[in-house]
Amino acid sequence: MEKKKKLVVGWFSFSCSEDSTILFTELLNEHLDEWKKVIEFRHLKTLKSNNSIEGLDVAFVEGAIASPTQEKELKKIRENCKSLVAIGSCACTGTPSNCRNKLVPEEVNYKISWYLSNFDYSKEVKKLADIVKVDDEVNGCPMNAEVFLKIMDKYLKKYA
Amino acid sequence: MHSGEITIDSITKIEGTAGLSVTIKDDKVIDLKFMIKDYRRFYTSTVKGKPIVAVPSFLSRICGTCSIAHLLCAIEAIERSQDIKITEQTRLLRRLAYDGLMIRDHALHLYFFVLPDLLGIDSILDIPDDHDDFGHQLLHDSFDIKKAGSELSTTIAGAIIHAPMPTIGGFMSLPDVAKFPELIKQLEGIRGQVIRGVKAFAGMKDVLIRNSDYLALRNDKYFDFLDGEIINSSGKKIKETEFHNFLDSVVIPYSQAHGYVFSDDKQDYLVGSLARINLNKDSLNKRTTESIEEYLALFPSDNVYHNNLAQAIEILQCVDDAIEILSTIELVPEQPIRVPPRPGVGVGVIEAPRGTLYHMVEVDNQGIVIDYDVIVPTAQNQINIENDLKKYFEENLDKGEDVLKLEAEKIIRTYDPCMSCATNFLKIEWIRL
Repeated sequence: MEKKKKLVVGWFSFSCSEDSTILFTELLNEHLDEWKKVIEFRHLKTLKSNNSIEGLDVAFVEGAIASPTQEKELKKIRENCKSLVAIGSCACTGTPSNCRNKLVPEEVNYKISWYLSNFDYSKEVKKLADIVKVDDEVNGCPMNAEVFLKIMDKYLKKYA
Repeated sequence: MHSGEITIDSITKIEGTAGLSVTIKDDKVIDLKFMIKDYRRFYTSTVKGKPIVAVPSFLSRICGTCSIAHLLCAIEAIERSQDIKITEQTRLLRRLAYDGLMIRDHALHLYFFVLPDLLGIDSILDIPDDHDDFGHQLLHDSFDIKKAGSELSTTIAGAIIHAPMPTIGGFMSLPDVAKFPELIKQLEGIRGQVIRGVKAFAGMKDVLIRNSDYLALRNDKYFDFLDGEIINSSGKKIKETEFHNFLDSVVIPYSQAHGYVFSDDKQDYLVGSLARINLNKDSLNKRTTESIEEYLALFPSDNVYHNNLAQAIEILQCVDDAIEILSTIELVPEQPIRVPPRPGVGVGVIEAPRGTLYHMVEVDNQGIVIDYDVIVPTAQNQINIENDLKKYFEENLDKGEDVLKLEAEKIIRTYDPCMSCATNFLKIEWIRL
């Protein structure tokens, strides 16, 4: 019998609380056995050491983009996946990780300035769609689990 | 003698973005940097000028996995700034919600991140679908354990992440007591699995002994994560309001987070489960103590890998504590205590899953935040982790690179660091001259 192609998935996190990653690990309580049969988790640093971003069907991306380095990484992910799904509020809207965008100059004290100048922070924190094409969104803080499961099913039907 | 440069780009199975750079010359470690690399979001600056009622749920967004810890610590700090005295019922309900957090959070770290180290595999994804396989059994135990913790938090606090029910002065609404018998059944149902986990993680053979300075909350009445006095292993007792003065903040130029040492002797120290069990094992729940006596005999321990075993023990503690409370609590209708805003400073100190967590708020007479500060456990452990790694590398340079890389990851992982608080992945830059 011909072996069915697995859905090749990558999971990525940028600036956020990683609450959706935690919720994802909770979904594994019920779904890991079933997903292992139909999904290849090619990039999932939360759970494995050997990761690759090449040849992804779907990239699930959590978090907002806070630096040029992250922006570059996001573009690389986009180049390597067929579909990209923004996961959670920070990825979909930038909020709340983008709260520093609203700090007025008098709120940027020495401590904040030191960090902003000592590391490669971008001028503004951005949502994913400001940088790359986003095919689907799972909003919520953390992500809405039911919507995520529906989107996972959608891509299982599309690519696997 | 080793020479050259090696870069590992991704140590995984931790919660956070961090890096490690090791420089070795003539078989000596001449430089080692452990760097927290998560980009700061400046939440404590953002809450300045906001009304206190908006603060706890916003600051729970500091971290996904320990959001209930930040939520309750912020609430405690604000209540103290406003001189709000909570009821015994609120205190017990918070303990229940917190037991749920600890059960789920520790199980995630132990079974999803550390278990592969115990089994000698890369990932839980590599565990065979064989019901007789020990790894398979433990992994499926973890599903049940995590679910029980999540059910408990959800029933009491409304959600496992960014829980909506705990609020300043009490709870927005009280839990449905009709669900308590089922929760007790579920918790009793996982007890055997939790004890199997204690035995399994006691079987980890790794040893790393260096520091013996620990810090944790201690409640003389019972094992508690939320109320108590701060103590360290030298026997010093510190009031929560003095906690900040007891520490010296250390700017680490290559890290996105400050480190901390004791302000008197400038020594590094460890917070977290190992510190708590070392300092508080005599106050564990009686049923917990009776069930795992032989494993508790391993404490106090200076083996940093015993942080994993200590977490497994704390899961059982939380299961037994929750069963006791659920079996005895009689809820009465209560509204959150509200008082007119007053100016003041409040400090909250609780034990987050990874160690002692500090929130400080200064409020004006309109209930608006003037100043806010947070000290998280992973930042406190940062210097200790770095020094442990130095010791490990200095003593093991004769080992192959693959072994050194793996062990460095395991040492960091055993601390259960959280950089979201801190998160994503860890980059190691390894330079041999």
